[in-house]
Amino acid sequence: MGKTFAEKVLAHKAGLDSVTPGQIVTVKPDKLLTHDNTSDIAAKFRKIGADRVADPAMNVIVLDHVTPAANETYAASHKATRGFVMGQGITAFYDIGEGICHQVLPEKGHAWPGAVIVGSDSHTPTHGAFGAFAAGIGRTEAAAVMATGKIWLRVPETLRVIVNGRLPPRLSAKDVILHIIGDLRADGATYCSVEFAGETIRTMSVASRMVLCNMAAEMGAKNAVVEPDDTTLKWLAGRTPWDSETLHRCAATFCADPDAAYARVVEYDVSDLAPQVAKPHTVDNVVPVTEVAGVKIDQALIGTCTNGRLEDLAAAAEILRGKHIASSVRLLVLPASREVLLAAIERGIIADLVAAGATLLNPGCGPCLGAHEGCMAPGEVTISTANRNFKGRMGSKEAFTYLGSPATVAASALAGVIADPGGI
Amino acid sequence: MQTKITGRVWKYGDDVNTDVIFPGKYTYSLTDPAEMAKHALEDLDPAFVANVRPGDIIVAGKNWGCGSSREQAVICLKHAGVSAIVARSFARIYFRNAINHALPIIACDVVDSVESGETITIDFAAGTVTAPRGEYTFPPYSPEVLEILEDGGLIPHARKELGIKS
Repeated sequence: MGKTFAEKVLAHKAGLDSVTPGQIVTVKPDKLLTHDNTSDIAAKFRKIGADRVADPAMNVIVLDHVTPAANETYAASHKATRGFVMGQGITAFYDIGEGICHQVLPEKGHAWPGAVIVGSDSHTPTHGAFGAFAAGIGRTEAAAVMATGKIWLRVPETLRVIVNGRLPPRLSAKDVILHIIGDLRADGATYCSVEFAGETIRTMSVASRMVLCNMAAEMGAKNAVVEPDDTTLKWLAGRTPWDSETLHRCAATFCADPDAAYARVVEYDVSDLAPQVAKPHTVDNVVPVTEVAGVKIDQALIGTCTNGRLEDLAAAAEILRGKHIASSVRLLVLPASREVLLAAIERGIIADLVAAGATLLNPGCGPCLGAHEGCMAPGEVTISTANRNFKGRMGSKEAFTYLGSPATVAASALAGVIADPGGI
Repeated sequence: MQTKITGRVWKYGDDVNTDVIFPGKYTYSLTDPAEMAKHALEDLDPAFVANVRPGDIIVAGKNWGCGSSREQAVICLKHAGVSAIVARSFARIYFRNAINHALPIIACDVVDSVESGETITIDFAAGTVTAPRGEYTFPPYSPEVLEILEDGGLIPHARKELGIKS
């Protein structure tokens, strides 16, 4: 019997010949990702009674959630994190302005095929776009990993999602994953490893694959993965500590076998897909954009760990170039990282967006989690490229968040109402 | 760890997410569990905090705790007095967070057999939940999970593993 990606990686890391779903294994993760919550994790680490982290090279710490600090409380938290980093000799520390942890971690070479990454953030599965086994954990668990250098993991069942067909113009990975989540629902992949496969995925950029893996968390996935190929390896070249030969070998070693046992296999053809929008207040409340076209918006957000990359900003700029957003709309743009911001400046994308009326915010999580930089008042409506639209998430619990692709959000900002990007 | 818990039920539906259990706007500003408890279920059921009593049990439908990895969504309930959570299914990070904070959490389909305000009994040794309109079984915890619960959560468990005296 063949093995899935998750079974191969976890068996290798646990030093076992093979593992089966349901089995519990103890592994040493390659990387432990933490962000603004590091200060609290450090406090829990001290509560355990440990003095030194088990392996400073395991830690990747990125300040991204509320950056720069919005008030004294956040400032004190950031200061405590910087002190912890210095005291523990952690070198992979990225201070405010570098970007969102899920963008910075791979950019700085901490993700690669077959790596096991755990992170104190629910969107950690994003790193499956690089062929890593990446799963979210809580703060206490992160503190225990820091102290002990290991974690128990249940070997997950695997859901294989096959996507075929050529996406229509102005559609992107965001429309694909919203459609899938709308179909499989918020618990459609609970505790599962999700393998994305099919010709549509093969032709996608690394940035687009990150969108799929990022949002697999919204259907309950433990991790998600896109099998690495030349696109992945080209992106990783020169970033990781490994040479090309090693990366090729890792990529080949952990590919799922053709006869692997799946809990479920689902197939989609996206040739005729329409732009998709998730309505308030759940991510699986998905409809074609035409069903909500005309809903008045107050704010539009392009950015976050889901859709703040160069191709996302470019898709928005293509729609907004030489035009101006509706006077009733506030358009917020947050590049996912300094690298993305610099590339977007160089290509004139930032100038196009700002000239069109966008408010440019620093690389980071911004208003996605409702802590700063664009929270909503009661009754307001935002359309966002983020991954969550839960009640109260972006400020008032009486506000409404719709989720869509960068093209849909840009078209809506232009129109002042939710709009089909195909109609612009 | 108690082997038997009897408590009054607060019943909720499917897909209750961590943002309504504990709003994201507090996740980086509140660190005191007692303060966190004051905001438990704030955006779902404002009556909860005002009326919850120590020992109460939450019963829910499928996918309880979906969304963010924030463990405050466990801590706020535990410090509000909740003694256990019984749902049809759980989001996986929420499940781990509950175990790590030694809050008993059980996947068991009792939601249709009890209403808010009624009482249920969970027997961990027998693996049963007794509700007003039915008795249900649940599978035992794995040895790894049971050990963390019995140690009082992951912090004391890690301390034990590292040989650190508390």
